[in-house]
Amino acid sequence: MKKEEWKKKLATCKERDSKFTTVSGLPVKVLYTPDDISDTDYARDVGFPGAFPYVRGVYTNMYRGRLWTMRQFSGFGSPKDTNKRYKYLLRHGQTGLSVAFDFPTLYGRDSDDPVARGEVGKCGVAVDSLRDMEIIFNAIPLESISTSMTINPPAAMLLAMYIVVGEKQGVPANILTGTIQNDMLKEYQAQKTWIYPPEPSMKIITDTVEYCSEHVPKWNTISISGYHIREAGATATQELAFTLKNGFTYVEHGIRAGLSVDKFAPRLSFFFNSHLDFFEEIAKYRAARRIWARVMREKYNAEDPRSYVMRFHTQTAGCTLTAQQPENNIMRTAYQALSAVLGGTQSLHTNSMDETYALPTEQAVKLALRTQQLLACETGVANTIDPLGGSYYVEALTNELEKGAHKYFERIDKLGGVIPAIEKGFFQKEISRSAYQYQKALEKHEKFHVGVNIFEDDQKPKIEILSISREVERKQIQGLKRIKKERNNRRVKESLKLLRKAAVDGENLMPRIIDCVREYTTIGEMCNTLKEEFGIYHEPIIF
Amino acid sequence: MYKKIRVLVGKPGLDGHDRGAKVVAAALRDAGMEVVYTGLHQTCESVVEAAIQEDVDVIGLSILSGAHMTIFPKVLKLLKAKKASGVLVIGGGIIPAEDMKKLQKAGVRKLFGPGTPTSEIVGWIELNVHKPKKKGTKKRGRPKKASKKRRK
Repeated sequence: MKKEEWKKKLATCKERDSKFTTVSGLPVKVLYTPDDISDTDYARDVGFPGAFPYVRGVYTNMYRGRLWTMRQFSGFGSPKDTNKRYKYLLRHGQTGLSVAFDFPTLYGRDSDDPVARGEVGKCGVAVDSLRDMEIIFNAIPLESISTSMTINPPAAMLLAMYIVVGEKQGVPANILTGTIQNDMLKEYQAQKTWIYPPEPSMKIITDTVEYCSEHVPKWNTISISGYHIREAGATATQELAFTLKNGFTYVEHGIRAGLSVDKFAPRLSFFFNSHLDFFEEIAKYRAARRIWARVMREKYNAEDPRSYVMRFHTQTAGCTLTAQQPENNIMRTAYQALSAVLGGTQSLHTNSMDETYALPTEQAVKLALRTQQLLACETGVANTIDPLGGSYYVEALTNELEKGAHKYFERIDKLGGVIPAIEKGFFQKEISRSAYQYQKALEKHEKFHVGVNIFEDDQKPKIEILSISREVERKQIQGLKRIKKERNNRRVKESLKLLRKAAVDGENLMPRIIDCVREYTTIGEMCNTLKEEFGIYHEPIIF
Repeated sequence: MYKKIRVLVGKPGLDGHDRGAKVVAAALRDAGMEVVYTGLHQTCESVVEAAIQEDVDVIGLSILSGAHMTIFPKVLKLLKAKKASGVLVIGGGIIPAEDMKKLQKAGVRKLFGPGTPTSEIVGWIELNVHKPKKKGTKKRGRPKKASKKRRK
């Protein structure tokens, strides 16, 4: 049949909807054909896995060699509770660790800080001093496991603690593997966990990058994160564009600090969301790899391929989970996990069905882990590389997302770059506008969420919920008091004095932070000292 | 004619997840209400102080960090101490059903779970603010010129 003939026939067909768009609002055509990718040159624009521009994957044989790392983000209650959960997950076949800290820790506050009341151990594990990290990793051999830590303003402090825990286990820093999130730009834009203003934050990040390139060479120093941007309401194009632009901003800061791009860029990694729209997400990952590869090589003159290969972690979208009919979240998460795998992720977290209520129970998190294991062992999707490569739709969507990202890059450049755009509220406005538009689309039934605005039922969900006892807070504060009594407080004071001096003199803070950590100086003590030198950030209020 | 309903949307505690709060704030504004959004990282004291200063009818708190059992009771207590118990306290976030029950018993007027349409929140507020109040539970009379600060 000729295309014209088919088109004629098509014109007589009725459609079930007046408009077809991706979850992000991109128009979707009824059919994609070779005409939609006529500008795409396979060798130039797609290529082979493990080769420029890496659209089909970052490794030559991808999952045929090694599966993605199954890494459940986890942490709650006391360090002891968390250590127990990690051992449970490892026993059930998890292959990497990922630490969730509680809010006080994320903000560099000690558990006994007045603003920490009610928050200790609630949405992650409480860490005040090295002692807590010693307990979290008790009998977990750091030489054979990689650990990701979702931590931003106090990232340098948690990394320092990890290094010292390693030392105490007899594991030298140069063989430690893992990641600190350490991505402050997306904090100002979306996740909103901050302490200092952007410039000193960038300085601390650059310090960690510089320090690790010398001393902890296998550590991923920044996990440039689109996840939170998407969760805050961004579209797929916005997630892609803002995340990559943030990545380039870190590269520029590194270069400005006198580092050669090939010295630190290989240790930059990424973190994306896996949202509802199956093909859009796959296209997003593929576009992300191509943009990074091209811009790093062409604009920032990276020569080492490791500098322009984009490795990334994926988490299924927390914001798509529903409190209604929570069991549906198991299926929702499974589809999202599948798109991450077809998109070539290096590691994956699958959300648990009960997370719109609380942190997951053991049973729920095991089911989430099993979802990944099923994908890996039963479905066969990991047996060939990028099976959707060459799909007219997926390739066309990959091109479209790439174009959309470049348009945003131009707009951000016009605003003077990422930091001035943050100060003008650009990202915040873009993201909240998208979030509101999506909510309105749901309420107008233009978009659907099963159990929420379609196929609703009145049945009350009957699932078990994890609750965290108030005792955790009391005990954590007790433990903190004990540490403050037992440690050598003269040396703590001295270590803080040297930290302050390094901040004033503009030296790399990492060695001083490690010295503080060794003395069991608390995160709050370190952050408060730096706050006095660097000031604190105030957000422009926009909604 | 009723006066415009005034709502303070607040993010108390350390929780930075502001998507829900901002969506609700925008929806209430589009429904014709006066909305004061506090911004992030507020203390219970600053929320109550702002609510009294702005003479709001409703305080809506968004908490996704698990600290709801500490924050809601504290806000209620502070309102009582300031003799402002007439302000309706509502909220939303990641709150298990059992905790919702306890909080509603303790005086939180309504908690909205994830997936609630904003129209339902608008409807609830309109219905309940306009309900005749018991004598002496809400000071009427509003400063002639309310501060426009922080209001969008």
